[in-house]
Amino acid sequence: MSDALALDLARLQFAFTISFHIIFPAITIGLASYLAVLEGLWLYRKNTVYRDLYHFWSKIFAVNFGMGVVSGLVMAYQFGTNWSFFSEFAGSITGPLLTYEVLTAFFLEAGFLGIMLFGWNRVGPGLHFFSTVVVAIGTLISTFWILASNSWMQTPQGHEIIDGVVVPVNWFEVIFNPSFPYRLLHMSVAAFLATALFVGASAAWHLLRRRDNPAVKKMFSMAMWMLIVVAPIQALIGDAHGLNTLEHQPAKVAAMEGHWGGDEHNAAEGVPMILFGWPDMEAETTRFAVEIPRLASLILTHSWDGTIAGLKDFPAEDRPNVPLVFWSFRVMVGLGLLMIALGGYALWQRWRGRLHDHPWLLRFALVMGPAGLIAILAGWYTTEVGRQPWVVYGLLRTADAVSPHPPGQLALSLSLFVVVYLFVFGAGIAYVLRLVRKGPVISEGEREAHGGPGQYRQPMRPLSAVEDDDGDAGHPQPHTRS
Amino acid sequence: MGIDLPLLWALIIGFGVMMYVIMDGFDLGIGILYPFLPDKHDRDVAMNTVAPVWDGNETWLVLGGAGLFAAFPMVYSVVLTALYLPLIFMLLGLIFRGIAFEFRFKARESERPVWDKAFIGGSLTATFFQGVVLGAFINGLPVENGVHTGGAFDWFAPFPLFTGVGLVFAYALLGSTWLIMKTEGRLQSRMRRLTHPLTWVMLALITVISVWTPIAHPHIAERWFSFPNVFWFSPIPLLVVLCATLMLKGLKQGAQVSPFLYTLVLIFLGYSGLAVSGWPHILPPDLTLWEAAAPPQSLGFTLVGALFIIPFILMYTALAYYVFRGKVRPEDGYH
Repeated sequence: MSDALALDLARLQFAFTISFHIIFPAITIGLASYLAVLEGLWLYRKNTVYRDLYHFWSKIFAVNFGMGVVSGLVMAYQFGTNWSFFSEFAGSITGPLLTYEVLTAFFLEAGFLGIMLFGWNRVGPGLHFFSTVVVAIGTLISTFWILASNSWMQTPQGHEIIDGVVVPVNWFEVIFNPSFPYRLLHMSVAAFLATALFVGASAAWHLLRRRDNPAVKKMFSMAMWMLIVVAPIQALIGDAHGLNTLEHQPAKVAAMEGHWGGDEHNAAEGVPMILFGWPDMEAETTRFAVEIPRLASLILTHSWDGTIAGLKDFPAEDRPNVPLVFWSFRVMVGLGLLMIALGGYALWQRWRGRLHDHPWLLRFALVMGPAGLIAILAGWYTTEVGRQPWVVYGLLRTADAVSPHPPGQLALSLSLFVVVYLFVFGAGIAYVLRLVRKGPVISEGEREAHGGPGQYRQPMRPLSAVEDDDGDAGHPQPHTRS
Repeated sequence: MGIDLPLLWALIIGFGVMMYVIMDGFDLGIGILYPFLPDKHDRDVAMNTVAPVWDGNETWLVLGGAGLFAAFPMVYSVVLTALYLPLIFMLLGLIFRGIAFEFRFKARESERPVWDKAFIGGSLTATFFQGVVLGAFINGLPVENGVHTGGAFDWFAPFPLFTGVGLVFAYALLGSTWLIMKTEGRLQSRMRRLTHPLTWVMLALITVISVWTPIAHPHIAERWFSFPNVFWFSPIPLLVVLCATLMLKGLKQGAQVSPFLYTLVLIFLGYSGLAVSGWPHILPPDLTLWEAAAPPQSLGFTLVGALFIIPFILMYTALAYYVFRGKVRPEDGYH
């Protein structure tokens, strides 16, 4: 009893801390590349709108990056504090991958972040641009290693088990395990999409209030281009990722589809696609199913009457929580379709010359602001809950991985995490939104040239001082100073 | 193969942890010293001396954790499980400290005191519990079959609590001498006055730990006081005395940089002393580093990267410090 409770508490703590954490790196990955593009365009075209956008987004990047660092530190230690048997069992593989992430990515980002954020007037434009690019590359290298590690846990290969412990045999096979390329692409593109939606919503907020300036218009246009190009590509990547999962983790796909198999459906009818329904794990069926005949066969096997494994083909103790996987998958896919729709709608309004002032487009872009992040969370719930009850697929069960802590100790740490995260990251997100509300300031870079070189985060003080007396940014450009 | 992989890894992790203690030591020290800087401008300057580099400094702690995970997975899982609560408290402290850097400058005037307190409280908590973890580690964590057999509150004992307090003073000394180097005027002279007593406290701490550990642990006494060892290791305490003397002298003469360098040497000597006491255990009192090592495939794979990449890390870290070299002053024309 207390064992089961302790396991649930440890899982809850991991889910809570990593759900908060992933939001920040996702935006960090996207914004770092966006900032590199902006600075490159500024240096190449000398159009100040890019420089102003760089300064605007680099402030938001700084707050977001800080939150990513501190919430990530917790993750690096949590494998040991809460999942000691996993660490002993698989540390010989996940440990080196994490170490490579620290060596090749974390130090790189941290080393050049200072120059990127504080060095605008301290170093030449070349070294500054180099620093921004290096930070952007660092975020992608980090993505590479952490997803290699996660993917190995999903589709392990390249190892042997000796004396009950994993021993790596072929590192190339370990890193480039079957699900890795799909997961890496899917997550990197998701980070770009989530950032584009966030940038687009920030611009839409200002455009709806007619607080538009060239920078706001530019960032809205860039975000909408990003969406129409990348959102459809993401759908294709997601489809390929699904086929890969079907090959290596069929139980997960069965749960995503709510497909129980058995004698429910005649094999000759193919497998229907269940659009909506309520998977009932007791009754081993999906209730209230709204289905399209044969569509699942078509998508998953690319044939009219192909069959896939159903949940009944797996022992009950080897099945994940079906309703959670089923619904989180639908949330992700639904949001993905809305992203494509937004991209297409924006393209149409752009063609009509109404990109920056069509109210329904702007409202749509505004409400889609958090959609990328919600889709990322839903996607991760699908894949992480879907691989249960395994922590290393087929090799180690989650229940056997957990540290032997008394439930009281876990309840204490979990409640502390909840209280601290809600307070700290709640405040952080409020600061990010406050910065967004101020909007990009025209010619901010020029003013900064006269600020304290590197010793002060230049704009914060004048902005804070102004913010004190206006509170709500009601009037246009309240913060432009001479 | 003549390469002793576990030994090399122990050295790399030891190096990483030492880099962390030194570099995040002065960051955390500034947080600990914040109560002695009531003035907002002084606080701004003090924080700005480390704002561009603190993140890199903290990364050494991640390297220590990840390196331990990779090279000694059993130690990673046993230590982190055994010292669960102090480590969770340390992480929570580091969260408050870390976000304070950004939030403090983004906050409205009325909100800033909250993040000042977060910076102070976070730095103190993180430091104290790092010291507790160190003390509990020196005291030893009994292990059988790869599982910690001690209690969940073994760390709540006189020695770990003492090292917790001790580390607060050690980091405060690092912070105060760092600020002497990086600032000037009123802030600097205030730090100069604080550094004098802090140096004496630091000496007292080193002395107490040097007496306490051999008394509590016969094998440590044996290590230091048996015959040829006593000869080889005697330079360590002698250098400590020499360093402290030079430091106090430098302070009187108004030195800018040398107090910080002497503090670094003092910390390094104390750290070496602990290494001498602990050797060759990676997990005192039961496990040596060879018994706890990961398979050679893991050690070798990661070693290649570490040896190749760490020099580059040191180079661009040096670049970052070079770019932000010199005294930090309040913004000209700031009002």
